[in-house]
Amino acid sequence: MFEQSISTLAQKLRDKDISSVELTRLFLARIAKFDPQLNSFITVSEKHALEQAAAADVLLQNGKGTSLTGIPVAHKDLFCTEGTLTTCGSKMLHNFIPPYESTVTSRIQQAGAVMLGKTNMDEFAMGSSNENSFYGAVKNPWNLDMVPGGSSGGSAAAVSAGLVVAATGTDTGGSIRQPASFCGITGLKPTYGRVSRFGMIAYASSLDQGGPMAKSAEDCAHLMQAMAGFDEKDSTSAENPADDYLASLNAPLTGLKIGLPKEYFGEGLDSKVADIIMAAVKEFEKLGATVKEISLPNLQLSIPSYYVIAPSEASSNLSRFDGVRFGHRCDDPRDLLDMYMRSRAEGFGAEVQKRIMVGTYALSEGYYDAYYLKAQKIRRLIKQDFVKALEEVDVIMGPVAPTTAFGLGSKTSDPVAMYLEDIYTLSVNLAGIPAMSIPAGFADNMPVGLQIMGNYFAEAKLLNVAHQYQQHTDWHLQTPTMVKGA
Amino acid sequence: MNWEVVIGLEIHTQLSTKSKLFSGAAVGFGAEPNTQTTLVDLGMPGALPVFNKEALRMAVMFGHAINAEIGMSSVFARKNYFYPDLPKGYQTSQMDHPIVGKGFLDVMLEDGTTSRVGITRAHLEEDAGKSLHEDFQGMTGIDLNRSSTPLLEIVSEPDIRSAKEAVAYVKMIHSIVTYLGICDGNMAEGSMRCDINLSLRPKGQQEYGTRTEIKNVNSFRFIEKAIYTEIERQADILEDGGRIIQETRLYDPEKNETRSMRSKEDANDYRYFPCPDLLPVVLTQEYVDNIKATLPELPSQKAARFQSEHALSEYDANVLSSSRAMADYFEVANGVVKDPKLAANWVMGELSKLLNQEQLDIANSPVNAQAFGELLIRIKDNTINGKTAKDVFQAMWNGEGSADAIIEAKGLKQVTDTGAIEAMIQTILDANAAQVEQYRAADEDKQKKMIGFFVGQVMKASQGKANPGLVNPILAKMLKG
Repeated sequence: MFEQSISTLAQKLRDKDISSVELTRLFLARIAKFDPQLNSFITVSEKHALEQAAAADVLLQNGKGTSLTGIPVAHKDLFCTEGTLTTCGSKMLHNFIPPYESTVTSRIQQAGAVMLGKTNMDEFAMGSSNENSFYGAVKNPWNLDMVPGGSSGGSAAAVSAGLVVAATGTDTGGSIRQPASFCGITGLKPTYGRVSRFGMIAYASSLDQGGPMAKSAEDCAHLMQAMAGFDEKDSTSAENPADDYLASLNAPLTGLKIGLPKEYFGEGLDSKVADIIMAAVKEFEKLGATVKEISLPNLQLSIPSYYVIAPSEASSNLSRFDGVRFGHRCDDPRDLLDMYMRSRAEGFGAEVQKRIMVGTYALSEGYYDAYYLKAQKIRRLIKQDFVKALEEVDVIMGPVAPTTAFGLGSKTSDPVAMYLEDIYTLSVNLAGIPAMSIPAGFADNMPVGLQIMGNYFAEAKLLNVAHQYQQHTDWHLQTPTMVKGA
Repeated sequence: MNWEVVIGLEIHTQLSTKSKLFSGAAVGFGAEPNTQTTLVDLGMPGALPVFNKEALRMAVMFGHAINAEIGMSSVFARKNYFYPDLPKGYQTSQMDHPIVGKGFLDVMLEDGTTSRVGITRAHLEEDAGKSLHEDFQGMTGIDLNRSSTPLLEIVSEPDIRSAKEAVAYVKMIHSIVTYLGICDGNMAEGSMRCDINLSLRPKGQQEYGTRTEIKNVNSFRFIEKAIYTEIERQADILEDGGRIIQETRLYDPEKNETRSMRSKEDANDYRYFPCPDLLPVVLTQEYVDNIKATLPELPSQKAARFQSEHALSEYDANVLSSSRAMADYFEVANGVVKDPKLAANWVMGELSKLLNQEQLDIANSPVNAQAFGELLIRIKDNTINGKTAKDVFQAMWNGEGSADAIIEAKGLKQVTDTGAIEAMIQTILDANAAQVEQYRAADEDKQKKMIGFFVGQVMKASQGKANPGLVNPILAKMLKG
């Protein structure tokens, strides 16, 4: 049952083959069984989930609801959920129960989905391995010695291990796509502005974007139906209406023009990963697509640009965590300054503190022009590269990450190596375009994701391309050994 | 040494929008702490700002009123610093691209001369909350009701050269924002607060001296006094061969002194950068033009109209138009009595006198403009004379009713029956035969001086009710014999 698609489960619920309460119990049992090893959840909200499931069953009884009604999902623990602990993976928010609901979770809830809990993540979404969580590292279901990727590592691991049907994630520099790739699931980072950021705890506001993580493109489309669309509570939300993401899933790919940026296949890319990506591209050619080499010349600059812009915004966004109104406050502060300094030193982990300091430095008087403004100029160049390339091709394909999931602890002492993990994903956030990661094969028994990038607001196109591939391949249907047959 | 004072002012004007600059919370003074807040004003995680378009409209109105360039693409920036009543850890303001660019105001001084004060810019920003240090036993209470209240910060060029000029400029800004209806102008409640940048230089010197900034002065009188004390303080230091330290100072009205708050070395690096949660505010020419077309009459325009339409003197016109409330009062009263000079004299005279005595704002006058106009009608139609009118006005002020009701109740109606006046005069003349003889013997110049005695006697006998306009000619005629 845990391997079924949303469409199948929705049909079973409607046909009363199973009730939402039964389905919810089934998944809660899987969490109880497997999550002690995986650590993919920070909070499991069993009581809340069963209440929602019961309510969903009433709707289903009456023939109401959507395709998500009664379906168990989980949310990355940076979406504020009313009455449910929301930690952002940080000690800073170890006691934070929001009195409000994020737009994304609210819309998914309104569609009738059942929230099983909140998934683990790198603290404040800063990380590529999910090792930066105050609540401990998440393990990769395909190999418990490996990282699941980050920062949405909990969501990726939970979906991969069949602990939930689907989950939400957020992607600031690859945080949906890279863990999706490492855990062998499908993830979509929508166009910046397509999904509301209201109630999503900000890391880097101009880059953050929520999106779906699920087994297949079709499941992602179901989630997008609920998540996407204008929100007046988010000023950066796009006003154009959201597409019907299910409607065009089955459009043929004949004549699809695929661009392969040569910069994505250069030095640093694992040859086995490269082979898998090229095999996937071949598959698309069989489906009627044509392939063309393109260039995104400023790719290398995306790392320095991102690691100035994101920390700069973060240094400001995280100022509100000061121990005054909510979250962690140090014991017995001597005075105001002592309270600020100790609350923040105790509440934030090392990576978060590092990025706050980097960002504070980059925005400082005398350095602003050399760092922040320069990074913004590079950002415009990167955007132009994509705009130009997407005039010639419909989608751009390449690897999500240079390698498969790496070993836990193997890169924690080498931040530069960790940052290089993001080389293929960062530029997409800087440009604001949508991109997906879909399972495309295995190298040394670890999943490899294919990245598909598209034009602004072309999510329906990306889902269509991914879905067609998944109609002809079964990489997305593979299940990690640890949970097989259970 | 002969010092020249150089002053630039930053005026924080609270815009009278219904809701806050970036949230739907109501704006109001005096509510229970933390009741006028939303997630945004509290700086809750994940909360996002939504720009209040009404504040934008108000800022553009102000830009037009000071002849300024309007920022067709303005950008909100974050000003980062930690303070307990700044919930997000940054203030959303405008830095490089303000909504209002360069403009100017021609300020009329007391001596009737006009001086032009340049305005560098005016930008939108959100206010912080308040820290409450009393009643918390060594702790600090935070009230975030004011958090994210919209402010328009109006920054002048260092064009001001005296305390009087500074006050005249602030009064003019006050007058403009209240005319536009974009600020209630209530300085006691903090709706207008002023930062004073002040330096001295030897007269004739080109470059500026080192300046200090006096923060948050919130009355016209304190602005004037703060400037005088700061000039004195700086002059004393300079004349003793000392140097001015660039710093932020506070004015203490009780001690009438400024004292150091923080030096430049302690100043924050605010790390301004464009706010990624808000898009640039891009205006169309049509939007800007529409606001210009619907701009209400401004103080200078109103003063000019009062001169041309009502034939008031320049002085009267300027006084009456200095506040919108006073101008409105005058116009309503004049609409009733249809005698601009009479209305102007009474608004600037008796009404202002009583308002000053009781320190009341004209908007809170116990006698409204309509009732006031009805009183003036009774002066104009000779029902009562000016002296009696003052008593009637005082009775109206005390809430005893309308002018007519009071005149009726107290029997104050002027005697305008010429027969009755003649009889009254005859009685006076009979009783004062000696004075009549003297009068008749005197030359014309002396007679003019002597007639006052008889007028006084008549008014006394009539208990002030005899119409002086009638008494005088009748008396003159009867004295002739």
